[in-house]
Amino acid sequence: MNPADLAAVAEQERQRQRQLLLRIFLCYSTPCLSAGAQQVRGALEELIRERDLAVRLEIVATGCMGPCSRGPLLRLRRADGDEQIFERVTPELARAILLQALELAPPQVAPLDPDLPFFTRQTRVVLANSGWIDPERLEDSIAHGAYAALAHALHEMTPEEVCAEIKQSGLRGRGGGGYPTGVKWNLVRKAPAERKFVVANGDEGDPGAYMDRTIMESDPHRVLEGMAIAGYAVGAEQGYIYVRGEYPLAASRLAAAIRQAERRGLLGSRILDSNFNFRIDLRIGAGAFVCGEETALMKSIMGRRGQPVPRPPYPAQKGLWGFPTLINNVETYANVGPIISRGAEWFAAMGTGKSRGTKVFALCGEVVNSGLIEVEMGIRLRDIVFEIGGGLPDGGRFKAAQTGGPSGGCIPAQHLDTPVDYESLKELGSIMGSGGLIVMGEGSCMPDVAKFFMDFCMDESCGKCVPCRVGTVEMRRLLGRITDGSATMEDFATLEQLCELVRETSLCGLGMTAPNPVLNTLRYFRDEYLAHIVDRQCPAGVCNLDRIPLLKLPEHAHVLTLFKERTDAGHHPDDQ
Amino acid sequence: MPVITLTINDELVSARSGQSLLEAIRDHGIDLPTLCHLDGLSARGGCRLCLVEVAGSPRLLPACTTEAVEGMVVTTHNERIDRYRRMILELTFAERNHTCAVCVSNGHCELQALAAELGMDRVRYDYLNPDLGLDTSHRLFGVDHNRCLLCLRCVRVCDEVEGAHTWDVAGRGIASRVITDLNRPWGQSESCTECGKCVEVCPTGALFDKGASVGEMEKESRFLRRILDGREKRQWRR
Repeated sequence: MNPADLAAVAEQERQRQRQLLLRIFLCYSTPCLSAGAQQVRGALEELIRERDLAVRLEIVATGCMGPCSRGPLLRLRRADGDEQIFERVTPELARAILLQALELAPPQVAPLDPDLPFFTRQTRVVLANSGWIDPERLEDSIAHGAYAALAHALHEMTPEEVCAEIKQSGLRGRGGGGYPTGVKWNLVRKAPAERKFVVANGDEGDPGAYMDRTIMESDPHRVLEGMAIAGYAVGAEQGYIYVRGEYPLAASRLAAAIRQAERRGLLGSRILDSNFNFRIDLRIGAGAFVCGEETALMKSIMGRRGQPVPRPPYPAQKGLWGFPTLINNVETYANVGPIISRGAEWFAAMGTGKSRGTKVFALCGEVVNSGLIEVEMGIRLRDIVFEIGGGLPDGGRFKAAQTGGPSGGCIPAQHLDTPVDYESLKELGSIMGSGGLIVMGEGSCMPDVAKFFMDFCMDESCGKCVPCRVGTVEMRRLLGRITDGSATMEDFATLEQLCELVRETSLCGLGMTAPNPVLNTLRYFRDEYLAHIVDRQCPAGVCNLDRIPLLKLPEHAHVLTLFKERTDAGHHPDDQ
Repeated sequence: MPVITLTINDELVSARSGQSLLEAIRDHGIDLPTLCHLDGLSARGGCRLCLVEVAGSPRLLPACTTEAVEGMVVTTHNERIDRYRRMILELTFAERNHTCAVCVSNGHCELQALAAELGMDRVRYDYLNPDLGLDTSHRLFGVDHNRCLLCLRCVRVCDEVEGAHTWDVAGRGIASRVITDLNRPWGQSESCTECGKCVEVCPTGALFDKGASVGEMEKESRFLRRILDGREKRQWRR
């Protein structure tokens, strides 16, 4: 396939779509599937068979449409461009919607308000095609512009120019670190080596986060295209996309996408009639959070035990099998295509000073509209929670927002007007992270939240270095004592010292950031900790402190009781 | 061989380029505590005792895996690092059941010696008291998981020097355990060559000769340098 063929395929597909009277988009991503999207599709197909409608309309099983809490979602698009979205669609509802759309029945079901702030406040770049294309059909992606940026880069740009463009756009790593992507690409490009590798990190393990999963499920070709452009820019001919084992749907869609792209000459040898060869292989993780850490991820790709190794040397110098390796997050790669085709200026115009572009967040917790959102950097946290998210359900009061997963921290209500960008969040002691955003109301107990995240870190520690392996367990025990009301002020001091130790001396990012949820909640909610320890009260009413005795006697304590009974009865213990 | 100059504890020191920071520091006669590091085995950076401050780096760096670089300014001992080292030792002691009084290596144990040397006089953390076993199925040796500190010297020496790779790790985090073969009893291991290298390099009483009584297990890890140097110089070629 050459660039002209690519344009022809796109035009052909667009023409086919224009001829249809009605296109029914059905969200087929994990949340909607678990809410019953498959049954909805079954009902629709049955109706189409019954009434013989197949020639005039089609059902498109798409990726995520956004408001996951309202799923399964269904979107209708007529040939004249008229659109409607329906929420919480059941099989019966779906039949009624289709009949009313074809004007075979009177209107009964009301669509979702299209002016909902959830939709209007978003800026969709990475998710532009998500919910609009069938991720399992290459032609659909091509009709929406997939691989055009790759063709442009291969035929009209040098690798230096591609790196320069990315650098100029101000794109920063979306996996959490926020390292300037263009700088990283340049490092790998300049590293002298006979082989180089490109890796996409799709091992997303933060509780409550599913940005990467959705991108891979909804628009796999965009990730592959971004990786291919990166391969061209840094001089690599082999890429790996590492997907966590808990994402079977993402893995199967990616595998299918790689096959389709290879068959059409969009990946593999002599891509798009150029001299560039690039293969991508899929690697599936076995369920370890630490494998999201880049050095552990590389070990895992090489088939070794997934444990981090000290840096430097950085992957850009010595990565997979000792060769320079470019590692970026899935979302980072998903930004590459649009930057190349629309230009660095367009991208840099979005966002704030040092944080350009958009960011995808998984909005969840106590919020009316939970789901996947993409917003321009610098949007206020208040707008995310109260406008896009629709506030807390049942008029609940906002207490804090947890960002950045187990490595992040909580942002309290007094900082709701903070612009969401890398620097501002860091200033508040939290991080952007990969984009999990958990909203918490007045009913959340902060020591309890910290305990939850410490539980997670303890379970996911790989066990290589002592501070992380043992320190997280000891911190978890101390937090447990605080939440069950048996902690003393000395325990509290020990906890704070441990936080410092684990942060300063751990080997990798997992350990270094494990104390963050504690440190951050201590910074803003120290009173709550003290209430648990000094007053033995849980202000939020979550921890059940009364039942637990102050002094937990070990199991052999009954021996002491027996001893006491005997002496009370007048026996001397040495009598027998 | 190119020589580089760096500053260690306010003193200008020369080192060979390509040397690790730990080697450079030890060559200079400064004692840096380590548990997972052993001369002759690959560096691991797991015990975190050799952490040093390097000017310009916000993080503490493990000396064993950091290369000595021209112009580096290194601090090996100060109040903060010493405190961290003691705390890390405390955590190590809390992790498993290191009851010195009934240990075969009592008096000849690197962990015990380090605790005394660094002035670790108490453990502030909860003893985790894990329920761990003892494998004495091997004809010559035994492994007591209660005394293991997961330095993985046994794993590395078996893999890198003996070439058998009998030892490995199972589980993760606090549940990590050293295992032989695919977690079969050591006595049933088909890959074990009974060379005893693992026992000799183990810093504590976790690996021991069968029949050793309390305080009797003395270890000698200097053989490692001897055989590795001999291999390199091809001393034993006939």
